[in-house]
Amino acid sequence: MAEYSALALLKNALTGNRDWKPAWRKPEPKASYDVIIVGGGGHGLSTAYYLAKEHGITNVAVLEKGWLGSGNVGRNTVTVRSNYLLPPNTRFYEFSMKLWENLSHDLNYNVMFSQRGVLNLAHTPAQLDDFARRGNAMRHEGVDAELMTPAQIKRLIPAIDISGNARFPIYGGLMQPRAGTARHDAVAWGYARGADRRGVDIIENCEVTGFLREGDRVVGVTTTRGDIRAGKVAVAVAGSTSHVMRLAGIDRLPIESHVLQAFVTESIKPFLDTVVTFGMGHCYINQSDKGGLVYGGDIDGYNSYAQRGNLPVVEDVMSEMLAMFPSLAGVRLLRSWGGLCDMSMDGSPIITTGPLPGMYLNCGWCYGGFKATPASGFCFAHTIARDEPHELNAAFTLDRFHRGILIDEKGQGATPRLH
Amino acid sequence: MLITCPYCGPRDVSEFTYQGDGNRQRPAPATKDLGAWNEYVYDRINPAGDHNEIWQHSSGCRMHIHVVRNTLTHEITDTRPARGGHPASRHHGAKS
Repeated sequence: MAEYSALALLKNALTGNRDWKPAWRKPEPKASYDVIIVGGGGHGLSTAYYLAKEHGITNVAVLEKGWLGSGNVGRNTVTVRSNYLLPPNTRFYEFSMKLWENLSHDLNYNVMFSQRGVLNLAHTPAQLDDFARRGNAMRHEGVDAELMTPAQIKRLIPAIDISGNARFPIYGGLMQPRAGTARHDAVAWGYARGADRRGVDIIENCEVTGFLREGDRVVGVTTTRGDIRAGKVAVAVAGSTSHVMRLAGIDRLPIESHVLQAFVTESIKPFLDTVVTFGMGHCYINQSDKGGLVYGGDIDGYNSYAQRGNLPVVEDVMSEMLAMFPSLAGVRLLRSWGGLCDMSMDGSPIITTGPLPGMYLNCGWCYGGFKATPASGFCFAHTIARDEPHELNAAFTLDRFHRGILIDEKGQGATPRLH
Repeated sequence: MLITCPYCGPRDVSEFTYQGDGNRQRPAPATKDLGAWNEYVYDRINPAGDHNEIWQHSSGCRMHIHVVRNTLTHEITDTRPARGGHPASRHHGAKS
């Protein structure tokens, strides 16, 4: 398949755009593969890509229940950042950031990665102190972080309300300049194309209905398109993790599925060229290249597989957005939707071998999996290929809960709705 | 989402606080098996379908209630006072 380039664009423009080929094939599933990846979301596709690219394992199938991009990879609010406090998270997400910085070149696919910065607003002196601590922890690990004053924030974001009359006055903020946004669909499509070009079969509309077992060992899957055997079966299904793992007889996991809503307004003129997060509550907002404001807030806070939420959270998110930007009161909401979040008991992910022989598990992304897409795939591919974790995901074990080595970034304990 | 509080009647979900999975059984206080406590604290069934839950009517009567709610549709099919234990736990011989 041809490289995408300016020359190819020009050539195809001159020939009426008749010669573009589909970005990935639509193969029939084979009887067996070296590796099956259950879940054709961002993490499953990037895992397939890095299995092929980094480990030369190309006899791989990615099985997707729906169509590519139908789950969280197409439902998130596109923010990419690595502004974490705890070292396992900081290192992992910073590695992801470095993959993001070269991703369009690596994939030969424009994922529209825009390092427009992510600014966390502080509304009390104590919160600003806390942000300074996190900023220092980040810089200690080699991650960029800058504390900003209200005057600097106002220069960066003219529309923001920094007056003392604001409902929650702004005392300052923590900025990560290298953070930003990426086009989420393009990430799915780019990884799909990259994996496909290396020989991976991407099989859409193929739901896994069970696991083939020989004794304890997982040796394949049953699907709506027939049985498929595999040397290794990797599961990367985010909010559906408990449901899919139950098919393998794993009936309890340190995971609850919750719904997170997101919103986009009608398109308006250039208004906001960074990502801002409200600190007295939870709201994050950026402006897409089309002009719509894309934003979200907290999860609804109860178990859900519904991919839609309730109105109290909508009201809460709107009020927080308006607390930051009173001038947006007249802007109309265009769409809202929900995605399923695999909330773990400490707010950190799980990338591990097991829990059964022949099986590998990637889950627990809470509502922050998009930014992790490159590193998650890179580390999961390593774990699958080598049967041991990469040093970056060595702490993201499944048994850390029972062993008491939690990675609780927010210090909320085993209360998933609060992470 | 409307939740019918057994004490107050149907109220908006915003009056309630979710207290999580109502299937979990706290081990007896003297239990020394760490695994049983870990299971209680960290492990969840997380079903796609009917789910036994505990909610608190925190902005109302402040009572805890048991709710059976479908996680695929958000439909609520049963609410009752939490006092006396969950219906599921009664089947296991717990005190009512």
